[in-house]
Amino acid sequence: MIPAEFKYLVPSTVDEAVRMLAEEGEDAKVLAGGQSLVPVLRMRLAAPTALIDIGGLTELTGVRDEGDSLLIGAMTTHYEVQRDHLVQDHALLLKLVTDTVADPQVRHRGTFGGSLCHADPAGDLLAPALALDAVMIIAGPGGRREVPAADFFVDYFTTALAPDEILVDVRVPKHTGWSAHYEKLNRVAQAWSIVAVAAAVQVRDGTITAARIGLTNVGSGPVRAADVESALVGQPATAESISSAAVRASSGDGYKDNLARVLTGRALTAAVTG
Amino acid sequence: MHISVNVDGVTYADEVEPRLLLVHYLRERLGKTGTVVGCDTGNCGACTVHLDGHSIKSCSLFAVQANGREITTIEGLARDGKLHPVQQAFHSNHALQCGFCTPGMIMQAIDLLADEPDPDDETVRKGLEGNLCRCTGYQNIVRAVQDAAQRMKPGAGPEIEQRTPHAVGGE
Repeated sequence: MIPAEFKYLVPSTVDEAVRMLAEEGEDAKVLAGGQSLVPVLRMRLAAPTALIDIGGLTELTGVRDEGDSLLIGAMTTHYEVQRDHLVQDHALLLKLVTDTVADPQVRHRGTFGGSLCHADPAGDLLAPALALDAVMIIAGPGGRREVPAADFFVDYFTTALAPDEILVDVRVPKHTGWSAHYEKLNRVAQAWSIVAVAAAVQVRDGTITAARIGLTNVGSGPVRAADVESALVGQPATAESISSAAVRASSGDGYKDNLARVLTGRALTAAVTG
Repeated sequence: MHISVNVDGVTYADEVEPRLLLVHYLRERLGKTGTVVGCDTGNCGACTVHLDGHSIKSCSLFAVQANGREITTIEGLARDGKLHPVQQAFHSNHALQCGFCTPGMIMQAIDLLADEPDPDDETVRKGLEGNLCRCTGYQNIVRAVQDAAQRMKPGAGPEIEQRTPHAVGGE
């Protein structure tokens, strides 16, 4: 199908992009990699009056080492995240999750920041962003502000971004030496997760010293399995402690509650056993 | 909006509507109908082309986003009347029935082989995850990609490409 008409704008800086957003009003939309937005426009599920294409803003790409954390440019593609050595060494969970996003063609175009801003509850990158305590660095007319992932994902396809704001960077605290796994349940290739579990675990001398667990597609946004995390700390890295902690992933008795518990167990087991 | 795009080695300058999808630009403006549209959802991968050397789905990109960039389509692969090794491998291994998915499969296979020069069965299947075939059951496609990998190994090409790298450049 053919998308509805829109005005196409190409800013050359982030500040210019923010100005354009303010000028075009709330029916304008930022075009990042376009791997969710373009299909949405084609199906006419949305018809923004203006698209502000930030694809040329190279200042928004790449991964930088900031000491205790990594700074990942919002326009860094999934393909670049997958192959980045800093991500591999300090945020392995993010790499493993990104490996499962859509398909190779989409990963060449789709961006880390774009996925987070799209905020599809079935999107894979929300859970690891939440679990790893990522912080969103946002540019707006009044300058920059920072929003932790826990406050960024507000509801289905809704974030804390104001209509005239743009996500520029994502700060991800280093989790160097942590083991990780993403357990994703979907029926067919390139399908969205029915439920998925992103788990990172720190094990020292056979004891779990810390855990970070995020659940994909069990609510209107990513969910942190904080009860499982705290139940694991100080426990031996064994099948018994994993299974007794994993049951805390959800207390309900629905299909997805059960999946959350089962997949949390699998994710932790895979992370711990490598 | 005015765009300038290099497609299969030729630079085109055109005036396009921003909402024109790249695949429609390729097919309807440039006549490159080798790139096909299989679905309306970005799932099937039949419209796969290379943008600056990486595979993308040309139905999920506006032509204006390709401004100043380089596109390779299935029509730009053959050289001097000879099929690209991946095209030849698809032909030799009967890797198609109706052929509709083939342009996208071949473009994606070339991308995969650039990252994974000697892929096992699982790697090929993962690498072609974004391309759907409704006829073959994929068996011969996987075989063709692995055959192409052998055909493209260093030393496996035509004589002109068999020189060792340091001999090229006339040092």
